[in-house]
Amino acid sequence: MAKDVADSFSRPQDSPRRVEHRGLARRVGLSLLHSREASIAIAGIVLVVYFQTTAPAFLSPGNIANLAGYAATTAIIAAGEVMVLISGEVDLSVGQVYALSPFVMYYAHEAGVPFVLAILLGLMVASIVGIINGLLTVVLRIPSFIATLGTFYLINGFTLTISGGFPVQPKAGPTITTTFGGNAVSQSLWAIGIALVFQFVLRKMRWGLHTIATGGNLLGASEVGVKVGVIKVGNFILCSILGGLAGTLDAFRIGSIDPLAGGSEIMFMAIASAVIGGTLLTGGSGTIIGAFFGAIVLGILKDGFTLSGVSAYTFDMILGGAILITMLINVRLSLLRAAGGGQ
Amino acid sequence: MSKEVLRTEHVAKSFGAVTALEDVSIHLSKGEVLGLLGDNGAGKSTLMKILTGFHRPSGGKIYFEGIEIELKSVSHARSLGIEPVYQDLALVNGLNVYHNMFLQREIMYGGIFRILNDGAMRERAKKQLKEMGVHIPSVDVEIAKLSGGQRQAIAVARSVYANAKVLLLDEPTAAMGVKESTMILDLVRRLKEKGEVSIIIVAHNYAQIFDFCDRINLLQNGKITFDQRTKDTSVEQLTSLVVNEYRAARESIIRP
Repeated sequence: MAKDVADSFSRPQDSPRRVEHRGLARRVGLSLLHSREASIAIAGIVLVVYFQTTAPAFLSPGNIANLAGYAATTAIIAAGEVMVLISGEVDLSVGQVYALSPFVMYYAHEAGVPFVLAILLGLMVASIVGIINGLLTVVLRIPSFIATLGTFYLINGFTLTISGGFPVQPKAGPTITTTFGGNAVSQSLWAIGIALVFQFVLRKMRWGLHTIATGGNLLGASEVGVKVGVIKVGNFILCSILGGLAGTLDAFRIGSIDPLAGGSEIMFMAIASAVIGGTLLTGGSGTIIGAFFGAIVLGILKDGFTLSGVSAYTFDMILGGAILITMLINVRLSLLRAAGGGQ
Repeated sequence: MSKEVLRTEHVAKSFGAVTALEDVSIHLSKGEVLGLLGDNGAGKSTLMKILTGFHRPSGGKIYFEGIEIELKSVSHARSLGIEPVYQDLALVNGLNVYHNMFLQREIMYGGIFRILNDGAMRERAKKQLKEMGVHIPSVDVEIAKLSGGQRQAIAVARSVYANAKVLLLDEPTAAMGVKESTMILDLVRRLKEKGEVSIIIVAHNYAQIFDFCDRINLLQNGKITFDQRTKDTSVEQLTSLVVNEYRAARESIIRP
């Protein structure tokens, strides 16, 4: 408001109507910028249009399936990572849980456990990793960046050891395979479902409220009686389980479990999705839907550049630029908000 | 005064080698407003955090409504009706007004999923703030967008809403302009008139709280050094006490 007044004051030649028009445009622009989900979705649409004009194969069914599978995996992990980030921590180990869980499932099945139970067993092991990450951070007070860097290497070594470093093929029936992400449609449905459920948890459930409170004001939340330790450990567990689930779904989609899959690549893509989608690394603020769109945008960028013949090196430069630009916008927006600019 | 609500006997607290509280005995009756004065580092905040269950005392006893209690946690103290309003306000910037007011005692739909009943919380927050005469643009705005006085008022309203029996106000007007502090002090005055809650109000600026405290305690170096009913003392007497403390402190620096 104050700025509007200042604007019209400095340009007395503006007719009132023009000022009003500009005010409207500014308000629409602001509200779009303020709805992080909307702004990232628009970026996605622009990119689709761009790539479709430069590479007509972009919107072919085959390519869409390819893109969806990749984006879905990232989106699932990003949902968990957003929860951890909002509670004021970070989980670097999630990319290794992605590789570990399907191996646990595979070996359990080899030992005679039915597939559904074997999958659950894989996710249980993932949740144990989450508990360890959480306890290292909350009880032993190791900063989560370091704690999960440690478990990142631990799990990687463990997975390589039990697998001997060789990929394996899960031999499940068609029902199990299709249900658990065996094709792009199935995997996309999982990703959409998880994004919706976690957005609901974040915005409508007590757990989400306490997660935001924990990351937003750790001391204050604990003074009020919020069990901040439980919240943090719980979100580490959720994140690990989603990492394990993403790996399991990919195992069925790709038809192979690779001990070298996932790792830092997928973890950083998940964090990048979260950040591009509007989640703050400082905690206390974030959106699952934003991260979902963030994952799609990253998928579009990666896939589009591959189709247009842009090399992986160039892609990394563009990804880096995108993260920095988004963060710049985020920081600017937070300052704008703090100044009361958006109401 | 009527029934005793809260009493501490010889409460002490040390953090490692540092003694924050040496020997603190205070008492508070129903509907009474006790002003707790003291310099920075005198132990006021430590005492407050003991009464809220945030810190455990290293020694001494606490009685609530005549019964000796051991405050196990903040939630435990709150379940008894001891409600803190902290110096740092314990408000979460990213959350809106009603989520902050109901943090940790959210209204939820039944069932195991603990789904928030936003509608009910919004309505009750509006009603409560209106009753207390707290004016804010909307209960839907993020706390970060409110002024210091409004934030403080919401922190107070949150505690009162929780059916507080004892309200602990830690420096309620710190870093606030005259207009803002007046708003808070009016709020406390209205609460006092109702006579339902007992209030301990920690302050630097004793002139500001003097006229509505029933009793004044002075905390110096972890000990209560002064306990008088407000009508038996004066701002001048308190000033001279504190001036003497400064003088003593200065002399001890000059001649160690």
